[in-house]
Amino acid sequence: MGRHVLLIEDEPNIIEAMRFLLVRDGWTVDTHSDGTDAVDVARAAQPDLVVLDMMLPGKSGMDILRELREIAEFANLPVLMLTARGQSRDREMAEKAGVSRFMTKPFSNAEVLTAVRDLVAQASR
Amino acid sequence: MASLNLLVLVCIGYVALLFIVAFAADRAAARGRSTWLRSPLIYTLSLSIYCTAWTFYGAVGYAARSGLEFVTIYLGPTLVMVGWWWGLRKLVRIGRSQRVTSIADLISSRYGKSNTLAIGVTVLAVIAVTPYISLQLQSITLSFAIFAAADPLAAPWQESSVFWVAAGLAVFAILFGTRNLDANERHHGVVTAIALEAVVKLVALLAVGIFVVWGVAGGVSDTLARIDASDIGQWRVDAERWAMITFLAAAAFVCLPRMFQVMIVENDDERHLRTAAWAFPLYLLLMSLFVVPIAVVGLDLLPPGSNPDLFVLSLPLSQGREGLAMLSFLGGFSSATSMVIVAAMALSTMVSNHIVMPIWLSLRVDGASQSGDVRQVVLLARRVSIGGIMLLGVIYFRLSGGGAALAAIGLIAFVGIAQILPVLLGGLFWRGSTRMGALAGLSVGFAVWLYALLLPGIGGSLMSEQLMSQGPFGLSWLRPYALFNIDGLDPIVHSGLWSLSLNTLAFVAVSLVTFPGPVERLQGAQFVNVFDHSAGPRGWTGSVAQSEDLMVMTQRILGAADARALFQAEAALQGGHGHLPDPTPRFLERLERKLAGSVGAATAHAMIGQIVGGSAVSVQDLMAVADESAQMLEYSSRLEAQSAELTRTAGKLREANEKLTQISLQKDGFLSQVSHELRTPMTSIRAFSEILRDTADLNPDEKRRYATIIHDEALRLTRLLDDLLDLSVLESGQVHLNSRLARLDEVLDHALASALAGYDHPLRVHRDAAGERVMLNSDIDRLAQVFINLIANAQKYCDAADPELRIKIEHAPDGLHVEFHDNGGGIPEGAQAMVFEKFARVSSEKAGGAGLGLAICREIMERLGGDIAYLSGRPGAVFRVTLPVRATTEALLQQA
Repeated sequence: MGRHVLLIEDEPNIIEAMRFLLVRDGWTVDTHSDGTDAVDVARAAQPDLVVLDMMLPGKSGMDILRELREIAEFANLPVLMLTARGQSRDREMAEKAGVSRFMTKPFSNAEVLTAVRDLVAQASR
Repeated sequence: MASLNLLVLVCIGYVALLFIVAFAADRAAARGRSTWLRSPLIYTLSLSIYCTAWTFYGAVGYAARSGLEFVTIYLGPTLVMVGWWWGLRKLVRIGRSQRVTSIADLISSRYGKSNTLAIGVTVLAVIAVTPYISLQLQSITLSFAIFAAADPLAAPWQESSVFWVAAGLAVFAILFGTRNLDANERHHGVVTAIALEAVVKLVALLAVGIFVVWGVAGGVSDTLARIDASDIGQWRVDAERWAMITFLAAAAFVCLPRMFQVMIVENDDERHLRTAAWAFPLYLLLMSLFVVPIAVVGLDLLPPGSNPDLFVLSLPLSQGREGLAMLSFLGGFSSATSMVIVAAMALSTMVSNHIVMPIWLSLRVDGASQSGDVRQVVLLARRVSIGGIMLLGVIYFRLSGGGAALAAIGLIAFVGIAQILPVLLGGLFWRGSTRMGALAGLSVGFAVWLYALLLPGIGGSLMSEQLMSQGPFGLSWLRPYALFNIDGLDPIVHSGLWSLSLNTLAFVAVSLVTFPGPVERLQGAQFVNVFDHSAGPRGWTGSVAQSEDLMVMTQRILGAADARALFQAEAALQGGHGHLPDPTPRFLERLERKLAGSVGAATAHAMIGQIVGGSAVSVQDLMAVADESAQMLEYSSRLEAQSAELTRTAGKLREANEKLTQISLQKDGFLSQVSHELRTPMTSIRAFSEILRDTADLNPDEKRRYATIIHDEALRLTRLLDDLLDLSVLESGQVHLNSRLARLDEVLDHALASALAGYDHPLRVHRDAAGERVMLNSDIDRLAQVFINLIANAQKYCDAADPELRIKIEHAPDGLHVEFHDNGGGIPEGAQAMVFEKFARVSSEKAGGAGLGLAICREIMERLGGDIAYLSGRPGAVFRVTLPVRATTEALLQQA
C-alpha cells in the first residue's frame, strides 16, 4: 500500500497546512495549483489518493474528477474533494461524478487525516 | 299716402322684431326654460303657416271671383285636423321614432331608406313649391305696388321689385333657417317667430274685417244685406271642383314640406295634436270670417277692374285709413315671410340631405371623417339651396307673367304636392307597398301634373297653341287639358283626377308585382304598426306585471344586493309593506332607466316588455337590440384590443421576471462567491490553529509563522467584510456623499502614501505636477479610496522587473481625466471586460484582495457622477478615472 497523495489546491496557506498534516502522518505529498493540466499531473504522479479543490484556476475540480474517472487506471482512485462553496448541489454533482469523499471547508484536521487513511485502506483492500 | 320708404322701414323693423323673438326663444330653449315654447298654443299657431299670402290676400280675391268656393281651402285642413288627427298622430310618432327630418326623409325611410325615392320626392317638392313661392313674391310685390302707386320715387324701383323681394326673403330665410348649425334639432326660435306672425296676420285680417263691417258697411245686418244682393250670396256649388279642391287642400296640408316641418318635425309632444285638432280649425274659421264681407264691400265700393286679391289693402286705403292699411300690409307680409322661411328651410334640408350631401360625399374618397367640415358643407348647401329655390320662384314669376290670380297658382302647387299622398298613405297603412311601386306612382303622378297643369299654366312660351288644342303629334287624346279625350273639365279637377288616379294605379300595380327588400319589410312593419312597437307617451302599464319576475330579472342584471335595495326603496316609497313594490308605470319606467344603464335602453325595454306582457317584443325592439349588439361587438373588439395590450404587458412582465430570475441567479452566484471567499481564509485559520493546538513539538519559528498566517487571514476576512458592506451600501444608493474642496495633488499624495505604505519596494511613481494643480469639489474620501485601490493594484499586479506608475492629468470636454498607467503586462484581452465585476480576479496570484476593489471603484465613480474605465490597446495596464466637469470647473474659478 503506497502512501502517495497528490494535493490539487490553489490557496497557498491551505496547501501548507495540508502538507504539514499529511507529511507528519507519513504521506508523500505532491502539490499542484492549476486546474488546466491537473489530469496530466495525476497521470504522471500515479498517486494513491488525490485531494482535489473544487474551485481552481483553469479548470474546475468537478471537471477534473470527471476526466479522471474516464481514465481506466483512475476508475477506482480515491478522490477526496474539498470545497469552500458549501452548496448541497455541489455534493450531489460530485457524488454523481464518482467522488470518494466530499468535505466542506473549513474542515477539522483529524477528519481529513481519517478520511485519507480510510480511503486509501479501502482502495487497497 | 305712406311713402314707399316708410313701408320698407316698417318691414325692416318688423323683421328685426321677429329676429329678436326668435333669438330670445332659442336662448330660452337652450337654457331649458322653454315650457311655454312647447305649449300646444305655440304649436297650433305655428300650423298657421298653412295660411300664406294666398289665404290672406287671395281668399278675398277668390271669393270675389268664385264665391264661396274659397271655403274649400279651409275645409280640407279642417277635415284633416278633426277627422284624421289619429293619422297625424301616427305620422308624428313615426317621425319621432325614426328621427325623420323631412317628408322626403320619411318616404325614403319607409321604402328601405332609398335615396332615389328621396331625390324624387325632393325634386317634386321643389318644383311644386316653386309656384307657391312665386305666389308669395307676387303678393308682396302687388302690395308694395298699391302703396307705391302714388309715390313717384318708386317707379324705377318697381321694375325689379320681384327680384329685390326675393333676395330679401332669401336672406331672411338663410338667417332664420340656417342660423342653427344643427338642422336636426328643433327650431324653437323660428317656430316662435312664426307663432307671432300667425297672431299678426289674424289680428290684421280681423281688424280689416271689423273696420269693413262696422266702419264701412254699417253693421252686421247691412253687411248681410249687401252679401245677399251680390253674386257671392247665390250658393253656386260646382260639386267637382269643391270635392277636388277640398281633397287637394287636405292632401297639401299633410304633404307640403313646410307643413310637414312644423307639424311633424317640430312637434314636441304628440298630445299637442289634441289641442290643435280644435284650435287650428278655430283659427281657420276666424281667418275666413270676414273674407266674404270684405269681398262684397270691395266689389261694391272700389272702382271696377280693381284687383280683388288686394281688397284687404285697397279698402282701408280708399277710406283713408293708412294705419289700418299698414297693419294689413304687415299681415300679408307675415303670411308671405313665414311661408317662405319655413318652405325654404324644409326644402333646403331635403335638397342638401338627399342631393347635395350624397354627391359631395361620393366625390370625397375619404368620406365624412371630418365632422366640422361636413357641417360647413351642409350649411353652405342649405344656404345655396335657399337661394336657388328663391331664384326658381322669380323665374316662374317671370315666365307666368305675374298676372295669374293668387288662388290659381296655389292650386297648381297643391296638385303637385298631392302626388306624394298615395305613397305616404300606402307607406303608413299598407305593408305590401314597395319602393318600386312608390317610385312608379310618384313618377307617373309627377309627369301627368307637369304635362297637364304646370307647363300649360306657365304659358304659351312652353306649350304651343297647337299642342294645347290638337295634342302632341296630332294625338288628341293627349291634349294636356283633355287627357283621354275627357273634355270640359276644369284644369285643376282634370289634372288632379288624372294625376292622382294614375299615380295610385301605378303605385298599387307595381307594388303588387314587386317584392319588398328586407329593410323595406322591417321599416314597413314599423311604420304600419308604429303604435304597437314604440313606447307610448305614457310609458308602461304594468297591471299584469309580476313584481317577482321583475325582481328575478333585475337581480340577474344588477346583482342581488342592488336589486333588493332598489325594490325595497321603491316599496317604501309606495308606502307598502314587504320588499316588493307594485309595478306602477312610474316604477317600471324608473326600473327600465336603471336597467338601461347596464344593458342598454332597447334591451331593457324589451326585457321589461316581456315580463310586463303589455306587448310582444317587436321588430323595432329587436332591431334596437341588434343595434346594441353591434355596440357590444364594438365593445368586445375594444376588449380584444385591451387583451392584446394585456398580452404585451404579460410579455413585459415575463421579461421582467426573467431579468429577476437572472438577478436571483446572480445573487446565488454572488452568495456562493462570498461563501468561498469567507471559507477560504477560515480554512487556513482553522487548520493552523488546530496544528498549533494539537502539535506539541513545533519549533518557535513554525509557531510564529503559523500564528502570522492566522493573523493575516483574519485581517483578510475583516477586509472582505468591510468591502462587502461598502459595496452593499454603494449599490443600494444609500451612500451619503460628503462633498468638500480639495487640491488634486494633495489627494494623490495621500492616496500614494496609504497604498504604498508597508511595501519594501514600492513602485516608482511619475506625476504631472502642473496638471495636478486643480481644485476639486467632490467627496474627497471616496475619490481617494478609488485612487488608493488603483495604486495598490498597480503595486500588487504590475509584473515588470522595474515597476513604474505614471499618473497623468488631462482636461477633456467630458471632465477631468486622471490616468493610472503602469509598465506591466496589463490585463489579458479576454478579461478586460469583467475587471469591474465582483470577485473577478484575473490573476491567479493571491494578492490578498477579495476581488471587490474595482467593483467598489466603479460604484463610487458612478455616485460621484464620473466614470472609471480600463483603456485597452496600450502597453501596460491603464485605468482612467473621469471626474465630472462640475466637480472641477467651479473649483477652478475659486482657485483663480
